Amino acid sequence: MIKVSMTVNGKAVSAEVEERTLLVQYIREALRLTGTHVGCDTAQCGACTIHLDGRAVKSCNMLAMQAEGGQVTTIEGIAAADGTLHPMQEAFHQHHGLQCGFCTPGMVMSAIDLLKHTPHPTEQQIREQLDGNLCRCTGYHNIVKAVQAAAVARR
Amino acid sequence: MGDMNFIGQSVKRREDYRFLTGSGNYTDDIVLPHQSHASFVRSPHAHARIRAIDKAAALKAPGVIAVFTGDDIAAGKVNGLPCGWLITDVNGQPMKEPPHPVLAQGKVRYVGDHVAVVIAETAQQARDAAEKIEVDYEVLPSVVRAGDARSKGAPTLHDIAPDNTCYVWGLGDKAAVDKAMASAAHVTTLEFVNNRLIPNAIEPRAANAVYSRADDGYTLYVASQNPHVERLLMTAFVLGLPEHKVRVVAPDVGGGFGSKIFLYAEEVVLTWAAKQLNRPIKWTADRSESFQSDAHGRDHVTKAELGMDKNGKFTALRVTTTANLGAYLSTFSSCIPTILYATLLAGQYATPAIYAEVTAVFTNTAPVDAYRGAGRPEATYVVERIVEQAAREMKLDPAEIRRRNFITTFPYQTPVALLYDTGNYEATLADAQKAADVAGFPARRAESAKRGKLRGLGYACYIEACGIAPSNIAGALGARAGLYEAAEVRVHPTGKVSLFTGSHSHGQGHETTFAQVVAARLGIPMEDVDVVHGDTSKVLFGMGTYGSRSLAVGGTAIVKALDKIIAKGKKIAAHLLEASDSDIEFKDGNFGVTGTDRKIPFAQIALTAYVPHNYPLDKLEPGLNENAFYDPVNFTFPAGSHICEVEIDPETGRTRVERFTAVDDFGKVINPMIVEGQVHGGLTQGIGQALTEGCHYDPESGQLVTGSFLDYCMPRADDVPSYHVGTQVTPCTHNPLGVKGCGEAGAIGAPAAVMNAITDALGVRDVEMPATPQRIWRIANQKPV
Repeated sequence: MIKVSMTVNGKAVSAEVEERTLLVQYIREALRLTGTHVGCDTAQCGACTIHLDGRAVKSCNMLAMQAEGGQVTTIEGIAAADGTLHPMQEAFHQHHGLQCGFCTPGMVMSAIDLLKHTPHPTEQQIREQLDGNLCRCTGYHNIVKAVQAAAVARR
Repeated sequence: MGDMNFIGQSVKRREDYRFLTGSGNYTDDIVLPHQSHASFVRSPHAHARIRAIDKAAALKAPGVIAVFTGDDIAAGKVNGLPCGWLITDVNGQPMKEPPHPVLAQGKVRYVGDHVAVVIAETAQQARDAAEKIEVDYEVLPSVVRAGDARSKGAPTLHDIAPDNTCYVWGLGDKAAVDKAMASAAHVTTLEFVNNRLIPNAIEPRAANAVYSRADDGYTLYVASQNPHVERLLMTAFVLGLPEHKVRVVAPDVGGGFGSKIFLYAEEVVLTWAAKQLNRPIKWTADRSESFQSDAHGRDHVTKAELGMDKNGKFTALRVTTTANLGAYLSTFSSCIPTILYATLLAGQYATPAIYAEVTAVFTNTAPVDAYRGAGRPEATYVVERIVEQAAREMKLDPAEIRRRNFITTFPYQTPVALLYDTGNYEATLADAQKAADVAGFPARRAESAKRGKLRGLGYACYIEACGIAPSNIAGALGARAGLYEAAEVRVHPTGKVSLFTGSHSHGQGHETTFAQVVAARLGIPMEDVDVVHGDTSKVLFGMGTYGSRSLAVGGTAIVKALDKIIAKGKKIAAHLLEASDSDIEFKDGNFGVTGTDRKIPFAQIALTAYVPHNYPLDKLEPGLNENAFYDPVNFTFPAGSHICEVEIDPETGRTRVERFTAVDDFGKVINPMIVEGQVHGGLTQGIGQALTEGCHYDPESGQLVTGSFLDYCMPRADDVPSYHVGTQVTPCTHNPLGVKGCGEAGAIGAPAAVMNAITDALGVRDVEMPATPQRIWRIANQKPV
């Protein structure tokens, strides 16, 4: 067992976990932040995407201890303290960019990162850059529209 | 109608907030006090005899609470999993129903078959210990392909079916078809494979079972599309438990697409073991387990022949299909390639004679069952591929040959048992052609050719049947369940409403659409309506969500319950207004006396019902709470026209879907935004089937080759285009909302449209799905496999 400490959604956290514990297990099981989902075991689906030190990463693809001392933001930390949705969350809501909701947290975290790097994306750039997140419900159509709208709202 | 103000509005979804903020509650999110965890030991072989299982090392592993194998299940008198539909074969004999044990009894029959379960304090400990279980297998020869199952020398899976045949089943008038074929001016023949698919809802299957000695009761949290069916099958057929002592909760469910309809072994084992151990037990599938053990979809091999007169009028259709059912009969597997397939082979056409013969076989593969569309995509693929090919052979425009054969008068009795109530196929096709700018296609094709690219255009004019019904006819055809839906409208004293529905939402947005229906009918704000579903302890017996039935069947049950509420409200209002019941009308949320301005708002009637001081207690019960069960009189028949335009790069074999247009007739639409979203998702699954997805078992070893997202190519955002979707409305004639169902249409129409476009671009008769770059490149460059 090893003690792993980091900052998650602005709060210092610490937990004793097995060395092999994945970051996503640390988030879901040790911290009980269950908004971050696990949809595969090969780092393909992106449902577990979070932000670590300002970058979108797949939290199933690294050990918790690799995030030691890091700044982590999960889907629970995106909306304002009063519950007001982040503009990307709001855009997904307005444009029906989610159905069952399971891929949604990872999709939103990836989309926020996308706009950080590509503030004026074309449709093709959005599609290419969301390539690491699988959605089985929406056919991506409305996700693309949501990201486009969020990009406009951001300007 | 004054009550229609929410109907047809793209109301934003009320379920979004919790999903967008990470506050959804999926099965794996639930942790119970004293939680333990399960891991299943699965067969690594396609077909093997189990000589011995050594669990000693696993039992000594850290954290292990118990290990159960098939012997324990047999000693515990746990029955096998039932099949919910009895098919009777061409000779009047019942289908072969081999046992489907929840843990293997002496033999395993596919890679992923359940052999043992380990229960431990943590999920990781359970997985570690599962690896220490030593199973001594005698590996047997296996067969995985539908076309090989009945070959001479093929290994037998089940003693009860020595030739691996579950049934040979027929529908239609064989003699009439033979006669019409003999005199046809032209017969188009096509053979094709409908590729096996793996559903892959992004939430893997999961369950958490708890037993309480305090009341001898069970609770099962499970990612399910139909919790009551799950409970009924498990209690009455498998575990023999008292139904009222088992509560099944399907909380937030991350997509189903059919794969979460069925009763699976894991859920039964967990429920049974929870009592043995007096501990809550949780299991969540790894994606690898999902690939191996979720029920798969499709997997047909078909020969179709379409007879025509000299003008391209269809005179007969003969379809011969072999359907792969996998190793065991999953819950509804038997009715998919029969009742839900062959009955749709008329498509949108007035073909006078149709005969279909389906041979269903067992193979050493995961069970096959309903997957989005369930039989109807397979039927559409047959009809729409052969119609397009017939047009090419007859040198007719593919839209023109369809127009010549469309059914134009309704109701229409098909030669394959269905009675279409309504439709306007010409209108959807015309709309789709316009939206797709078919007129501009030749110019686009020429432009592609200039760049060395091949452009093609393909149609699919599909029909589907939603909301299987009525129960008595389904029963006569072999259904072992009813096919109604239930709803309860509970009006609270302040006039707020809780709707309890037997439908289950796992992405469809029922919490929004159903609230629109209730609010519109009662003339109250949507905020005053709450929708409750997915819990057998709260909701009355419902059949769940599948087959695009929720609004057509579940919605009608809601309307019927609302009608009872309004009828009772009128009686209360009549008393308060000192008028006769028949003089009371309900409009815009008020009960009023016809022809006067005297009226009482809905909330006041509700309060009166619960505080019955001035109330006709001698004639009327207090309270305002009604339920209804609705058994449809017929299927609904959504139909539409899909047009796909592809561009192929012959250098790389890469196909791009450049345009996809879908014009669908779903009857009346309650929430267009949600309906369009359903179409987008279905289309992507259909395009996935055509271009990227294909489950492959190695024919020698029986190993699942496509066992992860690295090998099984799910459509990603950059594999599909933005869609043009539109609707035509011919209201369903036999339900009060006039709705038909929209959940599966995209997946039904898209594969044929895409493949018709690809074969058009390449100028060939057939390309096997998925049309991967390798397959396309070989054809474009004439390199046989």
